Amino acid sequence: MDKIILLGDEAVALAAIHSGLAAAYSYPGTPASEIMEFLIRQPGNGEKYVAKWCVNEKVAMEEALGASFAGQRAMVSFKHVGLNVAADPFMNAAITGANGGLVVVSADDPGFHSSQNEQDSRYYGDFARILCLEPANHQEAYDLTREAFDLSEKFGLPVMIRLVTRLAHSRAPVAVREPRGKNQNPKYGYGPDWTLLPANARRRYQELLGRQKDLKNYAENCLFNELSPGEKGSRSGVVVTGLAYNYFREFYNRLALKPAFLKIATYPFPEQKLLKLIEQIDELTVIEEGYPFIERFIRGVAGLPGKVIRGKMDGTIPASGELTPEIVAKALDLPVKTGLSTGDFRLPARPPQLCPGCPHGDTYKALNEALQGYDRANVFSDIGCYTLGALPPYKAIQTCVCMGASVSMAKGGAEAGVYPSVAVIGDSTFAHSGLTPLFDAVYSNTDMTVIILDNGTVAMTGAQPSFGTGEPLDRLLIGLGINKDHLRVIIPLPKNHQLNTGIIREELAYHGLSVIIARRECIQILGDKKRS
Amino acid sequence: MTYNVILAGVGGQGILSIAFVIDQAALAEGLYFLQAEVHGMSQRGGAVQSHLRLSDTQVYSPLIPQGEADLILSVEPLEALRYFSYLKPQGVVISSRSPFVNIPDYTPVEDVYREIANGPASVLVEADKLAKEAGSLRAENMVMLGAASLYLPLQEDNLKKFIKILFKSKGEKVVETNLKAFELGRQAAKK
Ligand code: SF4
Repeated sequence: MDKIILLGDEAVALAAIHSGLAAAYSYPGTPASEIMEFLIRQPGNGEKYVAKWCVNEKVAMEEALGASFAGQRAMVSFKHVGLNVAADPFMNAAITGANGGLVVVSADDPGFHSSQNEQDSRYYGDFARILCLEPANHQEAYDLTREAFDLSEKFGLPVMIRLVTRLAHSRAPVAVREPRGKNQNPKYGYGPDWTLLPANARRRYQELLGRQKDLKNYAENCLFNELSPGEKGSRSGVVVTGLAYNYFREFYNRLALKPAFLKIATYPFPEQKLLKLIEQIDELTVIEEGYPFIERFIRGVAGLPGKVIRGKMDGTIPASGELTPEIVAKALDLPVKTGLSTGDFRLPARPPQLCPGCPHGDTYKALNEALQGYDRANVFSDIGCYTLGALPPYKAIQTCVCMGASVSMAKGGAEAGVYPSVAVIGDSTFAHSGLTPLFDAVYSNTDMTVIILDNGTVAMTGAQPSFGTGEPLDRLLIGLGINKDHLRVIIPLPKNHQLNTGIIREELAYHGLSVIIARRECIQILGDKKRS
Repeated sequence: MTYNVILAGVGGQGILSIAFVIDQAALAEGLYFLQAEVHGMSQRGGAVQSHLRLSDTQVYSPLIPQGEADLILSVEPLEALRYFSYLKPQGVVISSRSPFVNIPDYTPVEDVYREIANGPASVLVEADKLAKEAGSLRAENMVMLGAASLYLPLQEDNLKKFIKILFKSKGEKVVETNLKAFELGRQAAKK
C-alpha cells in the first residue's frame, strides 16, 4: 500500500481503526488531542466505530472499559496528566482484565511544552503490571498500536501505548497494512472477573501476577526490542528507549567504533537481552526520553560492579527536559556543533499570550479592578487559555495546579482565612472537574466567588466541544444549589467594564458562595464560524 | 542529500500550511522526510517553529541538530533570528520583512534587518505587500513558500499542485490567490 503522511498521534489513531476499533474515547489535552480529532474526522466515524470526546479522562477510561467488557475493541487516549485523572479505573482495569482489546494511550510531554509536569507514564504501566509499548517512530506508532490490540486480547489485559510530544506532533510517511473488521458476535466479560469484590479481586490479582512471566516472555522475543552487537574492539554499549533511538541513530554513523546497543520498545523490558548486552561491555550509556526509568532498574542499589553506567542519574544527560540532538551527541562523546550566533543582539522572548480581543482579558481587567483595596485576597485558577492571565499585562491569577483545583483550593483557602477567595475556571474545565468541588462548597455555603469563564469551547487544545456551556450551564448551577441571587452573568466586553467590575465587587463583598458566569465566545471559534 | 529547514513564525501565521505543502511534495518525489511541529500553548501568539528534514536516505532525529540547517524560512523577521544557532555557515535565511509586533519590547525593526544581513546569505521579502497584491493578507505564508521554492530541493510544479489541494475546499478564488502569492514570492526572491 501507499505511504500516508501522518502525525505520530494520527498513526496511532489509524492503526486503531485498522485493528477493528469499535469505540474510542478521550478528553482534549496536548499532545494527545490529535488522536481523537483524527478519529472524528474519518468517514468511518459513527458508521464503523464510535469516537467521542468525554467530559473527563476518568469517564473516557471507564467508557472504553465498558466497551471492552462488551467484547469490542476500544481505545482511550489522553495526555499524561489525564492518566492521573483516570488512574482509578486504569489500575483496576488491570485486575478486571480486558475482554475486547483495550488500548490506553498516554502522551507524555517531556520539556513541559504545554503541561504542568513531565511525569513519565511508563511508571503507570509498571504500577498496574500491564504491558506498555513505546514506539520510536511513526511506523512503530502504527505497528505497535496494531500489535497492542492483538496483545490485549491474547493476554486478556489492557495494553498501554506511551507517546511523547516529539513523536505525537511530528509528521512522517507511514506504510499501513490491511485493515480488519470488528469483533463479530462478541461475548460479554465473565461477571465474577469484573466484579471486584475482595474475593474476586484477590483471585484476579493472582492471575495478573501469574501473567507477568508471559509478558516478560513476550518482551524477550519482541522484534521491536533489538539487540545489536558492537564492532570488534568496542567495549561500550548503549540502551535507548522509544524516541531516544532516533537521536542515537542520527549520530550512529559518526561513531568511530560502533557500540553494541539495545533498543527497547516494551515494558516489561527484555531482561535477558539487557544482560547479554552488559556482558559485552565495560561502559553503558542509557538514553531515555522522560525519567530514568530503565536506568534506575539497571543501577539498582549496587550498580554494575566494575562497569560504568552513564545517563540521567549521573548528570551525563540532564535529569529534566526533552532530549535534543546536542544532548545525545554529547552523551556519545561526539563534538557538538554550535551553529551561528547573533552575538550580543538582544532577542526579546515571545511567550504565548491571550489573543487580542479574547474575552478572558476583559474579565481579568474587571476582576483586577474589583479586587483593589483587599489585602488578603487570592485568585485560584485552573487549566486553559486563561492560565495565561498569570502573565503581564494581567497578572490576575496566583495558582494553576490541575483540572478543577481552582474551586477546591478556593474553598480550602477561604476556610483558612483567604478573603476574598476567588476561583477562575473555564467552562470545559468546570465540567471536567469543577462540578464536584462546587457541590462541596454549596454544602458549606463557603464564602468564596467562583468565576466560570464560559467561552463555549475547549480553546487551548483547538476548539473541541465543551459540555458545560450556555443555558444548560445556568440550569446546572441552579440544580447544584447555587443561590439565584448570587448567580450572576456578565458579558466580558470593554464597553461593559464598569458594569462588570461593579457586579464582581458586589459578589466579593457577599459573605457566602457566589458564582459569576463571564460569557462570551472565544474569538477563534467565532472567526472560524464566520469564515465557514 | 539531506536538506534541513527551520520554519519560523508566530502562532497563527500559517507555518503549518507551508509545512503541509512541502511534506506532500516531498512524499510525491519519493523523499524521506520528518517534520516536527508545535501545538498547544505556544500557538497562542507565541514563537512557533517547525523542523523539517528532507532526504534521499532515512532521517532519524525529529529535531535538526544545531549548525545543520540549510534554510531558515521565516514568516516574521525577528523570528528568523531566533534560530540562527541552527544554521550552517553556508545556509540561507529567507524572511518576511513585515514585523508582527505583539510584545512590548520588540527590537527596532531596522536593527532586525541589519542583524539578518550580518548573517549568511539572506533574502528579505515584502510579504505583506505581495500578499495584498495577490488578493489576501492571509496569503503571506504562500508568498514566503514561493520565495523559498528557489532553494528547496523540490519541483515547483509539485509545490503548486499541493497548494491547490490545500486550499481546494475554500473555493477557486482562494486557490488562485494563494497560487498568485506563491508566484509573486518566487519572482521577488529571484531579484
Ligand atoms: S483561543 Fe479563544 S480563549 Fe484562547 S486566548 Fe484566543 S480568544 Fe481567548
